[in-house]
Formats: sequence, structure tokens, C-alpha cells
Amino acid sequence: MFKQIGAVTMMNLRSIPQRAGLSIATIISIALVTGVLLGFLAMSNGFRATLQGTGSESVAVMLRSGSQAELNSGLSSDNVRLIEDAAPGIARDAEGNPLVSGELYVIVDGIKRSSQTEANLPLRGVGSRALDVREGFEMVQGRMFEPGTNELVVGAGVLREFQGFDMGETIRLGTNEWVVVGTFATGGSVFESEIWADLAVIQNLYNRGTGVQSIRARLTSPDVLEELNAWEEAEPRLNLDIQSETEFFAAQAGGTAVLIEFIGWPLAITMAIGALAGAWNTMYSSVDTRMREIATLRAIGFSGFAASVGTMVESLVLAAIGGLVGAGAVYLLFNGVSASTLGSGFTQVVFSFAVTGGSVIAGMIMAVIIGFLGGLVPAIRSAYVPLLTVHRSE
Amino acid sequence: MNDLTLIRKNLFRKKLRAILLTLSIMIAFLIFGVLGAFYKVWTSGAEVAADNRLVTVNKINFTVSMPYAYWGRVQALDGVEHAGHASWFGGYYQDPTQFVQTFAISPEEYLNTYPELVFGEGQREAFIANRTCLAVGTDLLAQYGWSLGDRIPLLSNIWQKTDGTSSWEFDICAVFDGNADNIPANYAMFHYDYYNEALAFNQDQVGWIVVTTTDASLNDQVMREIDAMFANSPAETETSTEAAFNEAFANQFGNIALILLFVVGSAFTTILIIVGFTMVTAINERTGEIAVMKTLGFPAPRIFRMVLAESVLLSLIGGLIGLGLAALMINGVAAAAAAFLPGLSMPNDVLMVGIGLAVFLGLVTGLVPAINAQRVKIVTALGKQ
Repeated sequence: MFKQIGAVTMMNLRSIPQRAGLSIATIISIALVTGVLLGFLAMSNGFRATLQGTGSESVAVMLRSGSQAELNSGLSSDNVRLIEDAAPGIARDAEGNPLVSGELYVIVDGIKRSSQTEANLPLRGVGSRALDVREGFEMVQGRMFEPGTNELVVGAGVLREFQGFDMGETIRLGTNEWVVVGTFATGGSVFESEIWADLAVIQNLYNRGTGVQSIRARLTSPDVLEELNAWEEAEPRLNLDIQSETEFFAAQAGGTAVLIEFIGWPLAITMAIGALAGAWNTMYSSVDTRMREIATLRAIGFSGFAASVGTMVESLVLAAIGGLVGAGAVYLLFNGVSASTLGSGFTQVVFSFAVTGGSVIAGMIMAVIIGFLGGLVPAIRSAYVPLLTVHRSE
Repeated sequence: MNDLTLIRKNLFRKKLRAILLTLSIMIAFLIFGVLGAFYKVWTSGAEVAADNRLVTVNKINFTVSMPYAYWGRVQALDGVEHAGHASWFGGYYQDPTQFVQTFAISPEEYLNTYPELVFGEGQREAFIANRTCLAVGTDLLAQYGWSLGDRIPLLSNIWQKTDGTSSWEFDICAVFDGNADNIPANYAMFHYDYYNEALAFNQDQVGWIVVTTTDASLNDQVMREIDAMFANSPAETETSTEAAFNEAFANQFGNIALILLFVVGSAFTTILIIVGFTMVTAINERTGEIAVMKTLGFPAPRIFRMVLAESVLLSLIGGLIGLGLAALMINGVAAAAAAFLPGLSMPNDVLMVGIGLAVFLGLVTGLVPAINAQRVKIVTALGKQ
């Protein structure tokens, strides 16, 4: 029995070159479907990875209650002082100073390299404590800005996607001129899509007095967040939303990444129906051209089951090759490609396409399903080829 | 039996094959139609823009405000027909996730710059006269199930009142809609003064100024004059045409056109290959028959035309069904999508391009088999049998 199946399957596979045209058509159509699906998944995975890779469990982000985004929030320097002095669970450095960073978040225009149009870039005003509440920060090029000057440093993502931010360049944002003195990286997180300058300088230039928009604080451990929230509730002078930084960015990842997947999947499934029709057609022709051959096999004692397995395996092999070609092409063409889009902070988020193992598996499963459904009816048909076909003259 | 009957019979001689091919062609055109309609509405920002309408924003970025006094100075410029100002309210209804696109505007002047907005009888006047009035677009009204005369609170995720709250009470005393399908009516507007007087911070600032020029030919001049007027001030401005502003904003999301091109390109490559190879196979199977036809006196060009017509017919059938389905789908979701994609509909030019593509696809996939058929040699073909 197994010998029969093996023999018929090998015959089927070896004869594929005789049907090269249609077989290639099937492979390419399945490759393209897989490619479209993986392209969208790579986009959404890349975007999600950037935002989810941002932030730490042991850093708390505090915004004015109900403001949802740093851009909308506003807090006074009294708030910052109160948290530095009285909030529970805040980590301190060797000298006993609290690791709390009040920051401003202003949107400025940058010219996107890809479209040559203006796009929203976040300009973050930070003080000396900013690095204490962030992980993986490193200067890739140049140095940090000097406090009190018009110097700024740009994230690696900004440099990649926007023009005019190279080292040493003078850049005009509104009325003010700035000098780029360094580029920083934060391990691929969303901060790389930002421009940083001195807090006091931005407060002054943008008429913000001593106010800030967000407060980040390093916690002694992730567990103190609840205690911190309880303290804030009970403190009448504060009206804040406090979240862990991980939570804050995970919430932002949701919308856009889900939207991309919501477009990608239906599109891929629709295209898969088209490819399915193609695969079916190919396998039908395959059985058609081998009618006499199959009938001969049946006549010399091969079972109908063996004949149908042979047809099914042929279909699955073509589909799997198609899936692999599609996945390989997307990996080579898109993996790591940089792109940027408008994130929920209303500023550009620079991210890299990421072809993940999970999405490749999803793509392969889809390809094999197309192969299975496409081969099903022809396979059944090949089991019922009438023996008399042997005598039919061609 | 005329040629057309023969072509039709040929096409459907293997019913399953014809159906499968039609299905895959249909899918490609369905994708083309749906994405085409989405792309149209996505880029409609530039299309619905009036050619004499300008937008002045803070040069730093359009989210940064500028002094209220700028508005008066812009109004006084030569070549300016109307100028209104607006500010982003960051509104939501009851819960922060129930986002409401809301602007605080200079009521009369702002509406003057948007003549395409139409109000119910007397409602435009009522809106201008009533300080606490909220003018609501029909799509937004439907989204939250509000009706004319309702009193609703809107909260702001940005602004606070001097009393520490972020809630403003409004009376819905006007409902508006665009005078064409592609004009958005998914937002609300209210009096700037009502909002400004209660603000705890950022008082007497406006978000942007909308200007109509007396003639589109004056656009460049007015744009230059506005920006020159505020050059070297703490809040410099950047004025562009409405079309350019909308286009730049759409571009912020990324190169949507390129992504759509990739997808539609993949879909068409797929059917081009499937249909192309199948047609070649189908005609090869018929070599004997074609030889018989030639023997009967069918001239080669006529056979060439018949094969080509067969593939064009196939691709037109699939294409028209696909485009039809796309139109049905778009019309089906248009109402539900009105809140965030106003004016979604099946544009005629997408349909026209689709039909053109179907004919083109038919010609391309039919060409090789048609040449093969034309070249069939009676002796060799019949000799094979």
C-alpha cells in the first residue's frame, strides 16, 4: 500500500516539469498571496515591536488625568516637586536624589525623506534626569547637548527617515535655530523617533514657564505602582493618570498595528481565493493530462487511493514551494526596511519591517491550505478514473 | 452559427475551468475596485479643497497655536475675501475613547470660508447667534444618536477651565452637511469665545486661520504676504493652499499609494500568469480542431481574432463581476464608514480604468495562444492524430 503511494507520488512529482507552465503559475500565485500577507504582518509586527520594546515596567509615566497623550497633558513644576519630595516608591541615586524627570513634548515639522513633505516630529525637552529613567540609551555619534544652549540631539530613527538632521547641521524649527551635536539610540524603541533638547531652553522658547507635560519616575520595583496610585488618589493637589511605561506604550501600539492586520488578513484571504482557483485549475489539468497513465496504473493493480494521494501531494508540494518563495522574497526585500507613520501620539513613529517566525508559519499554513483545497477535488477525481480510459486513443 | 457563438462555446467547453478562471479574475478586479475606491477617498482631501482656500498655521507645526491678533491682521490684507480661525478642542463624549472631532471657531467668518457646508432652514443664523450652540455634522450626529435640540457635555483631553474641569455644555442648535458626497460632515463646531473665556491656560490663542482669496490667481501673493507679515515674530506662520496642506497630512501616514500599488500589482500578476498559462494550454488542446477549421477554409486572421476575442470575453466577464461586487461592497460599508471615511463611494473613473484593465488583460493573455493558433499547420496537426 505505502509502496504504491510512494511510487505514484514520485511519478507525479517527476512529471511536474511536463506541466511546467501551469505549475509555475500555481507556485507564483501562491507566492504572491503569501508575500502580500507577510508584507502586512511584517509592517504591523515592526510597528508593534517598536512600541512594545519601549518602556520599562519599573518606570512610571504620569500625565494629567484624561489627557491620554503626552502632547495633550500639562503639569506644573509644583507637581514635579511634590512627587520628588513625597511620592512613595521612587528610586533614588547614591546621593539620595529622586530619579524623577519632568519633560516637555512639542511637535515640530521635519521633512520626510520619502515624500519630501512636512511631518510631525516630537521635540522632547529633557533635564539631567532623563537618562536615569530610560534604559539602553547610548550616544551613537557626537555628544549630549549642553544645558542652556540651542544644541539638540536626534534619535537614530529621525536621522534615517528625515532630512537635515546630520551631525553639525543647523536646523530651523519655527523661529529658532538649533545645532545638531549628536545622534542617540535606545535599542530600537520609540524614543529613537524623537529629538531631544534642554528642558529649560524649550520652556523658554515655547512660553511654557516652568510647566512640563509628563513626569517619568523610576520605581524601586514594579510592584510599588499600586501604592503610588493610591497615594496620588489621596493627594488633593494632584490630578494624574499614572501608568507603567510599558503599559503606556503598549496601549499606543494597539490601534495602528491592529488596523494594519485588519487590512492585511482580509486582503490576503481574498487573494487566496483567487490563488485557490488557480491551484485547482492546475491540478485539474494535471489529472486531465495523466488520465491514461492513471488508468493504466489502476489496471495493473494500483488502488484509487494511491492515485489520489499522488495528486494531493503534488498540489501540496507546489503550494509549499510557493509559500517558501513568497516568504523568502518578503524576507529579502522587506525585512529591516525602515518606514514611519503617524502614531497615536500624533507624531511620526519610525519602525523597521519585521518578518517574524510566527508570521512565516501563518503564511505557510495559508499556502498549504490553498494547496490542500486546490488539490482536493482533482485528487478525488483521480481516484475514480474509469479503467477503460486506457483504451481511449489520443 | 456565427463567430460569437463559436467563441462562447469554446470558452465554456470545460465549464469548471472557465468558472475557476472567471473566479480568479473576479477576485483581482474586486481587490482593484475596493482599494481604488479607498484610495480615492483617502486622497480626496486634495480634491475637495477649494482652489482659492489657504491655511495658515504656526511655522513650528500645525499643532502649535498662534496669537488671536493674527486673525485680524490677516482679514485686513488685500486679496483676502474671508478669513476665519479655528482651534483644536480634543473633544470626547462621556468616555475618552469616544472621540469627537471638534473645533472652536469664529462662527460667521469661518463658515464664510466653507460655502460648501449647508445648514437646515435658519440653523446657520441660529448657530451664529447662539453662544453655546454646537453645530454638528450629519455623520457625527448619526454616530452618537444625538438630535437637534439636545444639550450635551463635551470634554476636552487638552484644555481645562479655570474651575478645574474640562467639560463644556453645548446645545445642538444646528446640523450641517456638505453639498456633495465627498465633503466630510463627521465633526462639530462651536463658538471660540465660549471656550476661550473659560480657559485656564493658552487663552487668546488660535490654532489655525482659514483664508479664501478673492481670486485663486492671488493665492501666491496672499500666502507670501501673510507669512512676511509675521516673519521674525515669536510665532512665525506658514501658509499653504488647502490642497497642499491636506496632501501633506495624508502623507504623514506613509506611502499609501505605493502599498496599494504593490497589492494590486500582486493580484494582477497572479491572474496574468494563471490565465495566461491556462489559455496557452487550452488552445494547445484544440490544435486538431483548429486544423480542421483551417481545412474548412477559416482564414488564419479570423482564427487569430477568435482566440483573442475568447480571452477578452473571459477577462471582461470576470472583470465586470469583480467590479460589480466591489461597487456593492463599497456601497454596503459606506454608511458604516461615514464617520471616519466620509464620502466613500465607487468612483466612475475607477470603474472605467477597471474595464480598460480587463480588456488589456484579455489581449495580453490571449496574444500568445492566438499566435499559436494562427500558426497551426494543417498537415502536422492532423498528422499527430
